[in-house]
Amino acid sequence: MSGKPVLHYPNSRGRMESVRWLLAAAGVEFEEKFLEKKEDLQKLQSDGSLLFQQVPMVEIDGMKLVQTRAILNYIAGKYNLYGKDVKERALIDMYVEGMADLYELIMMNVVQPADKKEEHLANALDKATNRYFPVFEKILNHGHDFLVGNKLSRADVSLLETILVVEERKPDALAKFPLLQSFKARISNTPNIKKFLQPGSQRKPPLQEKDIPSLMAIFH
Amino acid sequence: MAEKPKLHYTRGRGKMESIRWLLAAAGVEFEEEFIEKEDLEKLRNDGSLLFQQVPMVEIDGMKMVQTRAILCYIAGKYNLYGKDLKERAWIDMYVEGTTDLMGMIMALPFQAADVKEKNIALITERATTRYFPVYEKALKDHGQDYLVGNKLSWADIHLLEAILMTEELKSDILSAFPLLQAFKTKMSNMPTIKKFLQPGSPRKPPPDENYVATVMKIFKL
Repeated sequence: MSGKPVLHYPNSRGRMESVRWLLAAAGVEFEEKFLEKKEDLQKLQSDGSLLFQQVPMVEIDGMKLVQTRAILNYIAGKYNLYGKDVKERALIDMYVEGMADLYELIMMNVVQPADKKEEHLANALDKATNRYFPVFEKILNHGHDFLVGNKLSRADVSLLETILVVEERKPDALAKFPLLQSFKARISNTPNIKKFLQPGSQRKPPLQEKDIPSLMAIFH
Repeated sequence: MAEKPKLHYTRGRGKMESIRWLLAAAGVEFEEEFIEKEDLEKLRNDGSLLFQQVPMVEIDGMKMVQTRAILCYIAGKYNLYGKDLKERAWIDMYVEGTTDLMGMIMALPFQAADVKEKNIALITERATTRYFPVYEKALKDHGQDYLVGNKLSWADIHLLEAILMTEELKSDILSAFPLLQAFKTKMSNMPTIKKFLQPGSPRKPPPDENYVATVMKIFKL
């Protein structure tokens, strides 16, 4: 019995990737059980492992946690990545929720109908460069290395993850944001995250169109 | 002198309603500034909205945005978020479930008639086979009045809101859930919640065509 958290999800980013990022940033080793076919999901559903019959699910500290945000909140709290008081939490929550909105937009692009895809992506990238990135560029004007409380928090991990995902679709997304560029370099070089960004880590690659059918088959 | 929280949103439920519920249940008086016509532009231009969006709640010197951030702050401040990390985790899981359910219902007024009809059937199925059984079982397993830690929490308030919202769609939705029926009665009779359920409270009515048209116009949807 290893006692390591066990992540249950298909072998793809989806809604589990932020959990992988946060555990990795916290320096926590974890195991993964990949859902490959519909029967794998059904088995978890029928043995009562999934509170709302859905994944992500993470076995941690004797619990079977579901709901992405509940999982992330627990991990952040447990590993001191959630600020030092309620006001820092409030800031972290606002930042993280904003980034979740942007991440969701980008993530949903792959499943848009073919004729809507380009417009959808343009809208997502427009929001990234005009609504979200300017906010974090402005926050970093405080001159500290991290977004909140001069200490690494889940907000920094989330921002780096989001920046990288946006850059995959638009490599020059940070062109107008010098503070975000140095933030990206700085956070990418912290030991745990540097390790996670190297080949062979548990980080998952972007979703390819060819992989969509087998993923859909698990859930539908 | 403690200032009252001030809520900025359109005059309707939307994403602000859960915040009204939580404040009301906690016995916190609040003010509301309703967005009409050019008010959204004004709020955006004076830098009040971190991501150019509402809900926004002025509270304790902050202009908070993002529904979940606001709800988590209020729950924490008024001791409705459990006593430790594990109770928080359970509250978070339960609240995310009711959020998913209510989210489906909130989207209905903005959908075309045929899509709406299919979704109402889906919502009814999900409510009775995926969501309500979970809460019924939770109450059955521990035999207590509240979902988590034998104490009122955000999860209970959110569940009551979800029950009432689903009942508006199908009045007998709780027919197979005796413990949820008893829960609904007990919770509705709590003094602060009883007050919120009476006419004249800040509680907003279900969306109608007028509201949908207003929202589409203000948010340029």
